[in-house]
Amino acid sequence: MLGYLIRRILQMLLALGVLSILLFAWLRLLPGGPVSALLGDRGTDEDRANLEAALGLDQPIYVQYLKFMGRIFHGEFGPSTGVRPGYDAMEIFLDRLPATIELSFLAMLIAVSLAIPLGYLAASKRGRLLDNGLIAVSLVGVAIPVFFLAFVLKYYFAVKLGVLPPSGRNSIGIEGTRVTGMFLLDGVLTGEWDVAWDAARHLILPALALATIPFAVIFRITRASVLEVLDEDYVRTARAKGLTSRVLRGRHVLRNALIPVVTTIGLQIGALLSGAVLTERVFNVRGLGQALALGFETRDYTVLQVLVMMAALIYIVVNLIVDLTYAFIDPRVRLG
Amino acid sequence: MGRPQSVPRRTAQAAGEPMLRVEDLSIKFVRRGQEPTIAVDSISFDVQAGQTVGLVGESGCGKSVTALAIMGLLPPRGNRVEGEIHFDGTDLLSLSDKQMRDRRGQELAMVFQDPLSSLNPVVPLGVQVCEVLERHKGMRHGAARRRSAELLDKVGVPDPTRRLDEYPHQLSGGMRQRALIAMALACEPRLLIADEPTTALDVTIQAQILALLKELVTESGTALVMITHDLGVVAGLCDQVNVLYGGRIVERADRFELFARPRHPYTNGLLASIPRLNSPRGQRLKPVPGSVADNIPWQVGCAFSPRCGAASELCRAEAPHLERDEGGAGHEIRCHHPVGRPSESADDARSAQDE
Amino acid sequence: MGIPNGPRTWAESKKKRIDTLAASAGRSGRGEGAGDGPGGPATGEAGALKGAEGVSLLAAAWRRLRRNAVFLIGAAIVLVFVALAIIAPWIAPHDPAGRILVDQIRPSNPIPQPQPGFPLGGDSSGRDLLSRLLVGARQTLFVGVMATLGGLSGGVLLGTLAGAFGGPIDSLIMRIVDVMLSIPALLMAFTIAAMFAKPTQWTVIMAIAIVQVPIFARLLRGSMLAQRRSDHVLAARALGVKQAPIVIRHMLPNSFGPVIVQATLVIAGAIIDAAALSFLGLGNPDDRSPEWGQMLGKAQEFFNTFPHLAMWPAACIIVVALGFTLMGESLREALDPKSQR
Repeated sequence: MLGYLIRRILQMLLALGVLSILLFAWLRLLPGGPVSALLGDRGTDEDRANLEAALGLDQPIYVQYLKFMGRIFHGEFGPSTGVRPGYDAMEIFLDRLPATIELSFLAMLIAVSLAIPLGYLAASKRGRLLDNGLIAVSLVGVAIPVFFLAFVLKYYFAVKLGVLPPSGRNSIGIEGTRVTGMFLLDGVLTGEWDVAWDAARHLILPALALATIPFAVIFRITRASVLEVLDEDYVRTARAKGLTSRVLRGRHVLRNALIPVVTTIGLQIGALLSGAVLTERVFNVRGLGQALALGFETRDYTVLQVLVMMAALIYIVVNLIVDLTYAFIDPRVRLG
Repeated sequence: MGRPQSVPRRTAQAAGEPMLRVEDLSIKFVRRGQEPTIAVDSISFDVQAGQTVGLVGESGCGKSVTALAIMGLLPPRGNRVEGEIHFDGTDLLSLSDKQMRDRRGQELAMVFQDPLSSLNPVVPLGVQVCEVLERHKGMRHGAARRRSAELLDKVGVPDPTRRLDEYPHQLSGGMRQRALIAMALACEPRLLIADEPTTALDVTIQAQILALLKELVTESGTALVMITHDLGVVAGLCDQVNVLYGGRIVERADRFELFARPRHPYTNGLLASIPRLNSPRGQRLKPVPGSVADNIPWQVGCAFSPRCGAASELCRAEAPHLERDEGGAGHEIRCHHPVGRPSESADDARSAQDE
Repeated sequence: MGIPNGPRTWAESKKKRIDTLAASAGRSGRGEGAGDGPGGPATGEAGALKGAEGVSLLAAAWRRLRRNAVFLIGAAIVLVFVALAIIAPWIAPHDPAGRILVDQIRPSNPIPQPQPGFPLGGDSSGRDLLSRLLVGARQTLFVGVMATLGGLSGGVLLGTLAGAFGGPIDSLIMRIVDVMLSIPALLMAFTIAAMFAKPTQWTVIMAIAIVQVPIFARLLRGSMLAQRRSDHVLAARALGVKQAPIVIRHMLPNSFGPVIVQATLVIAGAIIDAAALSFLGLGNPDDRSPEWGQMLGKAQEFFNTFPHLAMWPAACIIVVALGFTLMGESLREALDPKSQR
């Protein structure tokens, strides 16, 4: 177990190291680069040279990388050029992280709490109208571009009906005490219920939009997995024991069917991180996704480097945790 | 002949009425856009309390489906079940799901073929034994655990208390089947159906499991329906044997009668394909030629006729009925040309009998 | 590393389960016979299927697909879409690049309304929306197919090398694949697209294609590994057939089915991803030849005022993506030996 963990962490560090080199090299070596992005087509050669010197881009590439790594170990990641000029990239990351965690967590909560029961339901009503209807919904859910769905939700609920706020994380004038930076959680922790309620209202639409793809994917895995388990001999054994349907469902069907679902949930964290870029932009949520979108737009390579690396780190760590929980769910899996 | 060891052991059983009476049971697989497949074609047989009855036949003859129908475990969709299955005077087919659930595991129990896939891989063995006791005997957790350990001990699982917390993949094949038997017998059911319980096991383990089953049913007075393709299993265990072919019973006799005087060519073929120690050197085994795929429908003629050496035009044109054989007590066969009598005179004998 | 270990663990436990299933096939009550006893006809059938060439598997799949409503709907959508991509320039009522309605654009009314001859109205540059939608099918198909082909060829090459040869080549390739998989897919596409200061349709295609490479690579590698130990490959090897012919003639054809399924699904994803890239300003800025994702991306600023401008290209994308998905999913089901019922 410990050996497995150490090996996985070493693999993780290797992947991140390679990734950092790739990101660093690619973002600088390819045509364009931060200077043309900042100056556009205007700007004289002198302007370019000055800017390059200021950003340290005139030095050899490996020197730039070593300096970059050196700064990382000092906790400095370099100044932002586009997202929030002058601020350190890490500062921006830490500032934006809570909003995205809150949003992603809520989206995943919505996705999982709908997808697993509905997946089970669809499997047990296999081939009926309800099953086919749910499959259709999940297929459409994957076929809709996330940002378009976000726009539709915003247009309908915020612009037309006006029942929910169209953008942002909180209403003007409602400022809660900051504890974690997650406004909903902060409101609950400090007992400022108006703040919590306001944050929740702002979260609903983006979380719904963000939840569609994970919902669709988890739903279909759950359904397929339950169908497969229902065909298993041990379910027949369990039925031969005359067990109540509650025990049959929970202990014999779901416990086995959820094993592949857990892996899928881990992998869907990736869809959340990508989707957050689109959703946060539509709803103007000041989170990592919006910072990334802004970074792409302004070609702010320092910030992009850090944010993409951190996204990869989050993704890898979450999936490592998922793989570890695996051993608890499935006694046949021996880690090592 | 007769059955020396099958004196009814449950005195409560009313004389005359058997404990399990399967009557005209037919099972069809119905699929959208396809002709229904007849898996079981009006099968009737009885099981007396405490008796051991064999259902013998090769793959696809309908024996497992019959067992699942008795247990009420056939999936409701895609199967049409007709006929009656009387258990203690109640028609099981008329019961609701809930009533059937109350009987399964309590009065009717089943042991399946593949002990590994029949055990839940992610639930500790103990829980899988305890849940039957908790469900039907209303036992609390602690009591159920103690009883489970006793049961495992009784079926010959060593160190039972430790095994309770282990998972199926940590046990050997024989252990797993013992555990499944313990689960099936936990509530002392009146009827146990064993569906090829030894097929997936090593030969040495097979004998142990059969001995265990025999011992347990004798001791508790549980009736046993033994489903197998292996006549060797039947020889050691069953009081009465039903040989199935293509969804119908083709021969029925008690075991001594069956082994001494097999009348149906199919039964005869099955017996001839068993290797014997005392057979002369160099003598070849005679497998039954062809496969189930060659069957013709019973509606047309005798399903076995394409594989039968004695088949005549009559066999391909008209299906024989299950009839009492005049020789042995309770011996029934479904054949125009039974073995053990010159086949030319078969037709005369039949027509004489018909009059 | 990281993520891949999870699914790999699962895939392995899954494979074992399938093996035990195959070993005890015939008993499970799955097929027609709901047979008894082991070694029934089902086991032989499964064995035959494994050994069969991929092409005959496809033929069998096609027989089943012809009567599959889901597949037919999907295929019909895809056919219409492809046909449109071919003939659109001839049936489009106006020049999709011509700013015919530009005189009607006012600061108070930036979007020309529907009017006779222009049933959907114009876009923000005064071009006929209907013509742009029709002609857009061509570019949309082009981006989807090219991105898929790019990912497919890269992935198939890497996966085949890794799976067929194993050893250090395999380790190296799989480490590369692992690094690629450690970034969420769409985020990686964004990042790659953002490397170019001046995006073109080719940077879009490349960004989407690269993301698909690890997926195809793992698919192929898995298939190769499974086949390396299979009987028909061992038999060919025992007959002295050389490595390369074995891979090309005996192993690759058997991977054909899963690759086609994946490719069909990836086309749908690529069309959607192209829209996302446009939305972030990472798409092809040259809109003389229209593409639905680009139209949708550019419609964002008018969403609250003129939603129809986004609705139409979005509807096209959704329908076409659904078409490819339905086709891919029913193909997958038809090619899966387990689901033959």
